[in-house]
Amino acid sequence: MTQNRPLTRVFLAFTLAGSLLFTNISRAQEADQQNAAEGTQQGTEQAAPATDGGLPADDASISEGMSLFNSNCKSCHKIEGKLVGPALKDVHKRAPSIDWIVDFVHNSSKVIASGDAYANKIYEEYNKTQMTAFPTLSRQQILNILGYIKQETDALAAAPTTTAVPGDATGQGQGTDTGIPASYMNIIMIALVVVLLLILVVLILITTVLKKYINQKGELEEADKEIVDASFNINAVVKSKPFIFLVTFISAAIVFKVVIHNLYAVGIQQGYAPKQPIAFSHKLHAGQYEIDCNYCHTGVRKSKNANIPSPNICMNCHVAIKTESPEIQKIYAAIENDRPIEWVRIHNLPDLAYFNHAQHVEVGGIECQTCHGEVQEMEVVAQASLLTMGWCIDCHRKTDVNTKGNEYYDNLVELHNAEGKGALKVEDIGGLECSKCHY
Amino acid sequence: MNDNKKTYWKGIEQLSNDPEFVKNADREFPEFLPINGNSEGGGSSRRDFLKMMGFGIAAVSLAACEAPVRKAIPYVNKPVDVDPGIPNYYASTYTHGGDYCSILVKTREGRPIKIEGNSLCKITEGGTSAQVQASVLTLYDRERLGLPVIGGKDGTWEDLDKEVIAKLRSIAAQGGQIRIVSNTVLSPTTKQVIEDFKAQYPTAQHVVYDAVSAHGILAANEESFGTRAIPRYDFSRADVIVSFAADFLGTWLSPVEYSRQYSKTRKIGANKKTMSRHYQFESLLSMTGGNADYRTRIKPSEEGKAVVALYEAITANKKSDIEYINKAAADLKKAQGKSLVVAGSNDPRVQVVVNAINSALNNYGTTIDLSSPAYYKQGDDAAMDRFVNDVKGGKVAGVIFYNCNPVYNYKGGAELAEALKKVSLKVSTSDRPDETAAISDYVAPDHHFLESWGDAEPVQGYYTFVQPAITPIFNTRQAQESLLTWAGVQTPDYYTYLKNAWARRGVSGNAWDKALHDGILGARSASAGVEGDTTSLASTVTAAAGAAAFAGDVSKASAAINNIKGSGLELVIYQKVAIGDGSQANNPWLQEMPDPVTKATWDNYLSVSPKWASENDVKSFEGKCNMARITVNGVSKDVPVLIQPGQAEGTVGLALGYGRVNGGLVANGRGVDAYPFMQVQNGVVAYQVLSGVQVEVLSEVYQIAQTQTHQTYMGRDTVVQESVLSKYQDDPFAGRHDPKIATWMSEEGSVHPGALSLWKGHKYNNHHWGMAIDLNSCTGCSACTIACQAENNVPVVGRDEVINRRDMHWLRIDRYYSSDADPEDKRGLEIAAANPEVTFQPMLCQHCNNAPCETVCPVAATTHSTEGLNQMTYNRCIGTRYCANNCPYKVRRFNWFKYHDNGNFEDINTPMNNDLGKMVLNPDVTVRSRGVMEKCSFCVQRIQYGKLEAKKEGRRPKDGDITTACASACPTDAIVFGDMNDTESRIYKMLNINDTDGPDYITEKEILEPRAYHVIGEIGTKPNVTYLTKIRNKDIEETKA
Repeated sequence: MTQNRPLTRVFLAFTLAGSLLFTNISRAQEADQQNAAEGTQQGTEQAAPATDGGLPADDASISEGMSLFNSNCKSCHKIEGKLVGPALKDVHKRAPSIDWIVDFVHNSSKVIASGDAYANKIYEEYNKTQMTAFPTLSRQQILNILGYIKQETDALAAAPTTTAVPGDATGQGQGTDTGIPASYMNIIMIALVVVLLLILVVLILITTVLKKYINQKGELEEADKEIVDASFNINAVVKSKPFIFLVTFISAAIVFKVVIHNLYAVGIQQGYAPKQPIAFSHKLHAGQYEIDCNYCHTGVRKSKNANIPSPNICMNCHVAIKTESPEIQKIYAAIENDRPIEWVRIHNLPDLAYFNHAQHVEVGGIECQTCHGEVQEMEVVAQASLLTMGWCIDCHRKTDVNTKGNEYYDNLVELHNAEGKGALKVEDIGGLECSKCHY
Repeated sequence: MNDNKKTYWKGIEQLSNDPEFVKNADREFPEFLPINGNSEGGGSSRRDFLKMMGFGIAAVSLAACEAPVRKAIPYVNKPVDVDPGIPNYYASTYTHGGDYCSILVKTREGRPIKIEGNSLCKITEGGTSAQVQASVLTLYDRERLGLPVIGGKDGTWEDLDKEVIAKLRSIAAQGGQIRIVSNTVLSPTTKQVIEDFKAQYPTAQHVVYDAVSAHGILAANEESFGTRAIPRYDFSRADVIVSFAADFLGTWLSPVEYSRQYSKTRKIGANKKTMSRHYQFESLLSMTGGNADYRTRIKPSEEGKAVVALYEAITANKKSDIEYINKAAADLKKAQGKSLVVAGSNDPRVQVVVNAINSALNNYGTTIDLSSPAYYKQGDDAAMDRFVNDVKGGKVAGVIFYNCNPVYNYKGGAELAEALKKVSLKVSTSDRPDETAAISDYVAPDHHFLESWGDAEPVQGYYTFVQPAITPIFNTRQAQESLLTWAGVQTPDYYTYLKNAWARRGVSGNAWDKALHDGILGARSASAGVEGDTTSLASTVTAAAGAAAFAGDVSKASAAINNIKGSGLELVIYQKVAIGDGSQANNPWLQEMPDPVTKATWDNYLSVSPKWASENDVKSFEGKCNMARITVNGVSKDVPVLIQPGQAEGTVGLALGYGRVNGGLVANGRGVDAYPFMQVQNGVVAYQVLSGVQVEVLSEVYQIAQTQTHQTYMGRDTVVQESVLSKYQDDPFAGRHDPKIATWMSEEGSVHPGALSLWKGHKYNNHHWGMAIDLNSCTGCSACTIACQAENNVPVVGRDEVINRRDMHWLRIDRYYSSDADPEDKRGLEIAAANPEVTFQPMLCQHCNNAPCETVCPVAATTHSTEGLNQMTYNRCIGTRYCANNCPYKVRRFNWFKYHDNGNFEDINTPMNNDLGKMVLNPDVTVRSRGVMEKCSFCVQRIQYGKLEAKKEGRRPKDGDITTACASACPTDAIVFGDMNDTESRIYKMLNINDTDGPDYITEKEILEPRAYHVIGEIGTKPNVTYLTKIRNKDIEETKA
């Protein structure tokens, strides 16, 4: 095995690097074409295109820009390729000026109403879809987003030369995942069974031979002869007390096991995937379009409830997209009739258990998928986890507390380290106590 | 140390060692209890068992098949500032007649669930009262009117407006008289609305009365100083307080404000070893009387004479034979300018003499401020009397009752009801079909105050605002809007009207938004313009402005007072702290709140002195007592009797607010109505009947549901620790019982009981929650009890279940009577029982570090947390009740029934039995079911919320971020909650905690504050709730009775 590893790694690295190289080249080509096309447009309409001067390039700004982009823009814009709105690649070069972008983000309808030519052109181009206004974003925040977009754009352009490295890393990651594979276990088991069977056959042969030998000698007394010639009496065995006891015991045990097993399953709805009133696909929204969970489930970082989005959030995009779809017509109907959509609740905790999303997602830094499964691959959402108390407790035992950069935990970590018992787990700070969840 | 040799008792039965009481005292649950339900007789048969088992199995297997489909329904259009799961707070103002409190309303998902005090307000300073706390439940009272009523039938607003306007116009055209009758109106804009109405209908007049009037003070100040006003009292500046039957901590004028001020003078510590001295002269034992250092029992007929005697003792050194008058006079003279004399009497003559005393003591300008009068009571008894006579005389053609109920709560209610038949147009704006609304032609139901816009001016120049915290639940309309509509004003929308009115006063735009946000505007000078700094109202009191020349005629008043004579029994009509004048009588939280002094729930009663009881052969056992028939001027009522230690001989007391007919299902038929007993004496409504009171004891026995004698401490008697001020000044440990246990383990040979333990102790790395309760500050007002009930979904159990000792309050206030008499000296004890000292002690789960309950639970349903909490896990509890048996503090409560969704409790426990009532429940706290134990959780939901907010912001919680419902409701700051691990916290400093490191990283908290003690600390439970000794400001010789 160990000998194989370098070989696999090299092979994987090659294949991955090759495929990435190919895709990136093709993308870069598209991008260039687009750039060229847009460049001509700019040339004709705008005398002084905006430069990229003044866009932040430091890591902090870029990362803030990235998180802002993911939570605010991503649902409608991609860096490249149209989604609801135009691709944002090189937007700082394309737009009339940085100030124009800021104004447009703050209140696009105002810019359009002002008769701005470029704004009206985009407006017409995208079927008069109005962009959501973000009056709360500061100028600096918008610049950070633009900085992030610029960096992404640059990264796309430079992709062919840089992407080979991650490929190598992936190869390593796969190679290190070792242990005794299941197939080996099976082979060992089969071998054992074969050996045991062989021994059985040999033993039977030996007894037969010995029996024959004794009978041929004919020196045995009557009593002994009976024993040697005794034939297997199934009736006697069945009626024997040990056998009856054994059968009763085994059947009782099986019944007991089944009952207990089923009792434990009472109220567990793992895999529960009810039909929802609107056939909303997480696979499409969260998977294909990579809309951040937070965009619709607005409470997940601040409240105990993650919140099922209200139709006005759907309207941010669906005011323009797929308006003819019968499923989306249902949303319009809900708004027009002022009747809320009655979704079927999938994750049902009992009333006696208190669960807080903000604690786990915002403070604990847990991914949504950890409990909800790969939602981005679900056409219909199903309950992925057990949601039993044992499941909760198990995770609290295993999970390290996300103490990094949170002053709340500083003293706790210090005290815990003083006692020297390894990493600070949730159970070490009272994560198994009753009144953390029951009150 | 143990110099505390007092005898404490909770009730008469304990003092007299009634054999029945002794038998029941040590039992957790008395034997007489029925086991099955409320009234079912006999046990269940074998058939029942089989039936139940069969049903049980079927139910389980059905339940196992498929879980019910639950819906998750989001908003259609989510409001920007509402996030499910996150509470929003809105500043508002509680006004009810003249009752006032500035508040914050906690809303969840758009519905108010809890009321907190607004600490920005300079009047109430974040304090609340039980009535304020309970008012949120009145919002969800399904017996409120949902539609306008026309002639007893449901109608529409259009019809009602059309008909009322037509009738008003025709009355006006014929020159008929129109009256608007109301209680005190604190809102300046509402007064403007009434003016607008009067402008449209010139014959209209506004008549103001109060169920409990302060006409006497208003009239006296008019006579003495030329201004008809209630001055602003400042108890916090008084070193000597003398009160003549004014229950200023419980019910008089503005109890929340006065409690706050009073408590400031009662707090003592290492840096402040002085406190105020409080004399109380009264007939009944009021809550305020219970807090007094010196208390004298006087008959109502002697009340005026006592005031005159005090005046003469101060001005003429004339000795009086009324107990403590001379002493009070001497103290008052020493504290000139730093004292305060108040009287509850509604007799202007008495109040004139009180004014004369305060004037002689130079208190005007320091403790009394006439320049910024308070508007709590504006009722004019004379005007109301005229109105009643006008109605009787057929002179009034139209009446609008603006949020008042005179048929019930005015002394001549029945007469008025009869006379009102002559009035052609009767309109009420009451929110429910109450006694007055029931005989009105039209009812235009007003919003609840939590649905309303408004403002209030409790003190001249100080404004606070009312803003809605929920959209109106019913099809009601704000009363001001109704008046404006009927007056034909163009924009009857009251919000716009209010906003415009304030814009005219110079508050608009950002200033208006800020005023609504803060709930207060702060002090404003009369000429308009907001003062930049509103630090303290008191600072505006200047000697020059506050003082005024006294111009009353004392000799005339004294002469008249000396002519007052009483004969036979005298009746005192008073308000209970919870029910007050009865307007919130349909609120089960208030009905079940034990009265601070009598500890009685659900009823009013005739309180009598122990001497009268023994003379009339009336015996009482746990509230079970004879009924009595009281007759005053031909009106007879049968009332239960309650023997009240501390009550003046020759007096009986009866509370207002009961005996409702149309109050609602909770209120109707509870107790008897005392309003018909009120009389007019010298032109003012008197709350005392001085002669002609006959009481006849009936053989019928009635049990009043009292809570106090339910639990005992099994003979352990270091529960209350107290001393007197002079001893405390010499030795801060005065009054402390500090038990030690002999051991070889310590060098001194003895240690504190908590130090010896089978267990290793608990390690509190993160937080260590603790509570300190200052017995000197606690006045017993019970705001905490109701706050706890609202916060923690504590059920209401009803009178029958209280009698069965099944009350559910997580936090109770124990009231102890005490005296210095030797326990063996029966004669001494009898005297003591006549006028005992009173101590109030809030008692809740002590969150013991060595908790007796935790060790006996067979299923580990009650456990200790790493933050010092004693956790109760309902879903694990199997109801053995071992923990309650083993709890030395008797704070655990067992759910004998499913109190929610249970037809038997439908009209009692309204917050858990109908969809509307359930809206008040705190969604973060489980509603417990039958068969589980529950108790105080230290508001763990608030702790968890506060911690999470801190974690989200990546910081440690600041002291004050996290507090319990009881601590935040307390008007006197008697309860302090905090993290004892946080060296910056108030509790850490208050208890002067010394951390000592023990083995295994366990830190022991040594409390160094001399006054701090643990209740029955000798049993070694090591509680996290610490009490501070009660210190009375008495002279030593007086303490030997």
